[in-house]
Amino acid sequence: MNALLRPDRMRAALPVVSLLLVLLPIFYLQPRVMSYFGLNLLLNLALPIILATMAQMCIIAVNDLDLSIGSFVSFVACVGATLMAQNLALGLLVLLASVLVYGLIGALIEWRNLPSIVVTLGMSFVWLGLAVLLLPTPGGTTPAWLQAFMTFATPLVPFPIVAAVVVAVVVHLFLMRSAWGVLLRGAGGNPKAVTRAGWSMVKARAAMYALAGLFGVLAGLTLVGITTSADANIALRYTLISIAAVILGGGEFVGGKVSPSGAVMGAITLTLAAAFLSFLSISPDWQIGAQGAILILVLSLRALIGRGESK
Amino acid sequence: MSKSSAARALWAKPWIWSFLGAVLVWLITLVGVQGQGAGGILTTALTFSVFMILVGLGQMLVITSGPGNVDLSIPATIALSGAVSMKLMDSQNELVALGLVSALGVGLGIGAFNYLLIRLLRIPPIIATMSSSFLIQSVAIGYGRGLRIHPPDLLADFATGRIWGIPYMALALVLLTVVLGLVVTRSVYGRSLSAIGQNPRAAALAGVRVERTRFVTYTLSALFAGLAGFLLSGFSGGATLDMGDEYLLASIAVTVIGGTNVAGGRASVPGVWGAALFLFLMVTMLNALGIGSGLRLVITGGLIIAIIVFAGNGNKT
Repeated sequence: MNALLRPDRMRAALPVVSLLLVLLPIFYLQPRVMSYFGLNLLLNLALPIILATMAQMCIIAVNDLDLSIGSFVSFVACVGATLMAQNLALGLLVLLASVLVYGLIGALIEWRNLPSIVVTLGMSFVWLGLAVLLLPTPGGTTPAWLQAFMTFATPLVPFPIVAAVVVAVVVHLFLMRSAWGVLLRGAGGNPKAVTRAGWSMVKARAAMYALAGLFGVLAGLTLVGITTSADANIALRYTLISIAAVILGGGEFVGGKVSPSGAVMGAITLTLAAAFLSFLSISPDWQIGAQGAILILVLSLRALIGRGESK
Repeated sequence: MSKSSAARALWAKPWIWSFLGAVLVWLITLVGVQGQGAGGILTTALTFSVFMILVGLGQMLVITSGPGNVDLSIPATIALSGAVSMKLMDSQNELVALGLVSALGVGLGIGAFNYLLIRLLRIPPIIATMSSSFLIQSVAIGYGRGLRIHPPDLLADFATGRIWGIPYMALALVLLTVVLGLVVTRSVYGRSLSAIGQNPRAAALAGVRVERTRFVTYTLSALFAGLAGFLLSGFSGGATLDMGDEYLLASIAVTVIGGTNVAGGRASVPGVWGAALFLFLMVTMLNALGIGSGLRLVITGGLIIAIIVFAGNGNKT
């Protein structure tokens, strides 16, 4: 029992607890959700948010913040619904180029020692503008293969859950277990040590940003696979949701402290907050408020645990 | 190294450039429209910039208080204060004062709440203001549902009125700006703000009241946003829930373009004016040149990045 009450364990358990706090009442109120179809329906929209959260996490791991991820995901969705449907090769080329741009932005931020908030703020206008250029009015069509992929029926366990677990495990193995991951997180935890060990901080930050870009691309494509059409504002709210999910999952703003599995759970928790309210038959007006309340609650708990730790 | 120090010397007055940019963009626009409506363009720019300047000044104070300090609750504050004040005034001229007080009260409450979150939960201000903005937004949605109340004529007349082409609001804002400029450069609060923005530890050791300064800063930012919500709903014929949305990124943008140091410690009050006018006039110019909204956004974003890269007012250390 004492081992369970250790502050670090309690902190690690927080994302699980908050997820259960939202999930269990839903199961209680509507037992039919506990089925293949129910879970599929409930978590349908979670995957793009999870992937956007992974993107944000890569940026937060190097002590930065990405204010452009929402408009970037929107941009990718617009590419998916226009260019990719017409010319797959061109679409993929554009997406590859946009990942490179993300990497370049990271390199620029490190090279000129710029504040990430302002640079990504500028980029958010750029991505939004490009999305508007591609798709001035909502519409477009998603390529059939992408729709098929997103409606893929996995045996036994619903696709969103399989996908969430796969994302969590893959990112965990890469970022937390591999040598590359340690190095990249070190770029946020102790940049000086990374530099002294002979690694290039420019390359490290560029790599993390490019990785974020890659996750952003995946988020946009999965989103447009679900919605089957896009508009330039489709994912703007992902910017704040993704930051909230990373923090909810135990991530810290400084020191390269992040937790991929926690962040995935954070993203699911925030996605479920909406469903939670509708099962309680509370007006969806309070959906954003519930997300804010969850965030404040979890952070209060963390502050309490932290206080216990320092004693 | 010598290059960057030369650049820094050139930027001794960081706000001058935003004004030069604004004038340049205005002149290009005049060429584009063959000199027609030169004054009209300025009047429109002043009218629409007022809101951006107001929230920009608040954001400037917050950003000056150090790295990681950004107020993300500005749009939600605008929405809530607009909704609350419109509802309380109920289109009656006699209640304008009540509306103003309620809008400021909303701002005061939100500022204090933001500060409490930062203080008690010891979380980064970005997360604190983001969480509270989620809550406030929900309250605004719940409270303002189906709200379509016209502002009292008195308020609408003030918000849209002008004298010799200069909006009343702009005149009032000049006054506020001058006062704020004096406060930032001369008062104990202003000095304290710069000190904690540069090094909170050193400031605390030197006897600066760090917590009080932080409290005042977040409260002022929310107060300005509340006032903006009040005026904006008076200007646009009623409060809407999304009327503050564009002011989040805009408030950060005008602060940065205006020459305020993003790493904190150095505010540029006049620069907020220059930057807001510059941004608005640039949109006008691109419009006049027949450039569509997509490309306009791309250019705006590119400019923000270019300014932060070349101006050197954003270096983290």
